Amino acid sequence: MSVAGAISPQKAPGSSAPLLEIHDIAKRFGQTEVLRNISLQIASGEFLTLLGESGSGKTTLLRLIAGFEQPTSGQIWMSSERLDTLPPYKRRVNTVFQNYALFPHLSVRENVAYGLRVKATPKHEIAVRVEDALGMVKMKDFVEARPATLSGGQQQRIALARALINRPKLLLLDEPLSALDANLRKKMQSELKTLQREIGIAFLFVTHDQDEAMALSDRIALLRNGAFEQVDSPREIYSHPATAYAAQFIGQTNLLRGEVRGDYASCGAIRICPVRGPDGPATFSLRPEAIKGALDATIGTPYMTFKATIRQQIYAGATELLEVDCAGQLLRVRVPAGEPLHGEHAFVFSPRDAVRIRD
Amino acid sequence: MYSRTYKTLVAVPPLLWVGVFLLLPYALMFAHGFWLVRDGFLVHQWNVQNYRALFTNPLYLQVFLRTARIAASVTLCSLLLGYPLAYYLSFHAGPRKEFLYQLVIIPLWVSYLVRGYAWKTILGSDGVLNGFLQYLHITREPVSFFLYSPFAVILVLTHIYTPFVFLPIYAALEHIPRPLVEASQDLGANRSATFLRVILPLSIPGLLAGAAFAFVLSLGDFLAPLLVGGPSATMIANIVQSLFGAAYDWPLGAAISVCILLITISLLFATERLEKRWSFK
Repeated sequence: MSVAGAISPQKAPGSSAPLLEIHDIAKRFGQTEVLRNISLQIASGEFLTLLGESGSGKTTLLRLIAGFEQPTSGQIWMSSERLDTLPPYKRRVNTVFQNYALFPHLSVRENVAYGLRVKATPKHEIAVRVEDALGMVKMKDFVEARPATLSGGQQQRIALARALINRPKLLLLDEPLSALDANLRKKMQSELKTLQREIGIAFLFVTHDQDEAMALSDRIALLRNGAFEQVDSPREIYSHPATAYAAQFIGQTNLLRGEVRGDYASCGAIRICPVRGPDGPATFSLRPEAIKGALDATIGTPYMTFKATIRQQIYAGATELLEVDCAGQLLRVRVPAGEPLHGEHAFVFSPRDAVRIRD
Repeated sequence: MYSRTYKTLVAVPPLLWVGVFLLLPYALMFAHGFWLVRDGFLVHQWNVQNYRALFTNPLYLQVFLRTARIAASVTLCSLLLGYPLAYYLSFHAGPRKEFLYQLVIIPLWVSYLVRGYAWKTILGSDGVLNGFLQYLHITREPVSFFLYSPFAVILVLTHIYTPFVFLPIYAALEHIPRPLVEASQDLGANRSATFLRVILPLSIPGLLAGAAFAFVLSLGDFLAPLLVGGPSATMIANIVQSLFGAAYDWPLGAAISVCILLITISLLFATERLEKRWSFK
């Protein structure tokens, strides 16, 4: 899908067989098409994020994998076992629910032990594993507490322990941090990432928050209207967005629309050279921070220049965001914070940073 | 916030209501229990004869035990009918839920008497049931124990009180967050394990409320035994009714009523405590 990638980015990285294979899955609710024939592979130990706006189908995909919904067509396989025909309780997949879904009538210990109890695990083994799981999420002191007496962050940890104690091959997380306040959220993000690395279980994480996706993921699968817009590493998605939607959804960008002729493109007053690809109308994504004031530019690399008038200057601490007008074309430029700027200035950028995208 | 006059005006009607229609009659009933009837006249002479009679005359205890047995059977039967019905409606009825719910509720709008008489025509010797059984040649002669038996009373009361049992159970089941059911399955519990470990425990308050309804309402019922019970199914409320009516022994009737009232109140109190123990958030 990605214009930049030569191999299909839906393939999980690494040479070993994928842990989970989503094959041509479609899901309709009545007339509404929620997922449109999508395919995706997840590797063992991978942290993959399903990112998308509400209604993009990310939660539905998660529920299909967990077994709470049946696909309209397509198949889901987990290490050469057909998954989509199994009931939820037979899948080696566990879920951390959005509002945690802890059992209110059970203590923390009983909640965490639930999965082992229903599988009739020996009592002494349950005791040891509950202890381990609670230690993993730093909640050993709360074994006898009822969920209602715990804070949101603590409930979150219990939900995590309750899922992980079953040693799933794949953990599904449905916007698990969305109910937490900003500070706690940041803290939980880093703990979650550390935990995932330590235990080496593949995480499939659903969020609508692009910063969260960037911070946590090995790969991001960007969903839009039930289809993947792009599946790539955070770096790759940011530096080589495949589409205008991807470029705008993840970070800020300038979309330059113009015409490619031979090895250069002209987008209004801005010229990009060299460019590759066929002649004709084209759209380029140019990140605000890829544009620099002409004086800061490193001499020696081939660069493009243009002149533009400062319209607005928005201070953001270490950097500031300029809104500039280049012959009627409005662009955003991120520069290190400095003096107030007025009037016309020269700006430069490297043609490598102007990424040709599908519009 | 609100003026004193306003508060007083608002408080007076309900206080009057409770005072005149509840507390005063109860006080009168309580007092009657300690009076007696001599030569066909009520005598305001304090004594405990009535209560002594209650505990020494085996008739009363026997009828009371029968009443409790019938009430317990009704409770059990209406739970066995009402719980699965509520469970099906709440979890598996899908789009038919509203319609089925109305079907359960509608009988509540039909008069008790009409339903009682309907059962009479169904269960009687020349009733629908006997006619049907003879038509199928399953029985040769009318079966007499269908009507005028404790069985008939249990049947009618179960029919009448099952919606009362259904309603609180249904409400409790509807309040169980569905992600809990999914979480249980996600953790490896199949349907029956999920029911036993999550759904049933979380519906216990509704179950207790329903059971209390059925038991308490059956305990004080006098119409079903009157219509379909016959002498072998006389219940304690029938005794009270005749003591206040034909037998004209209000003091003894009042004493029995006070006992039933105390039993009812302690039962309701106990179920409420239990319900609290099983309520979460």
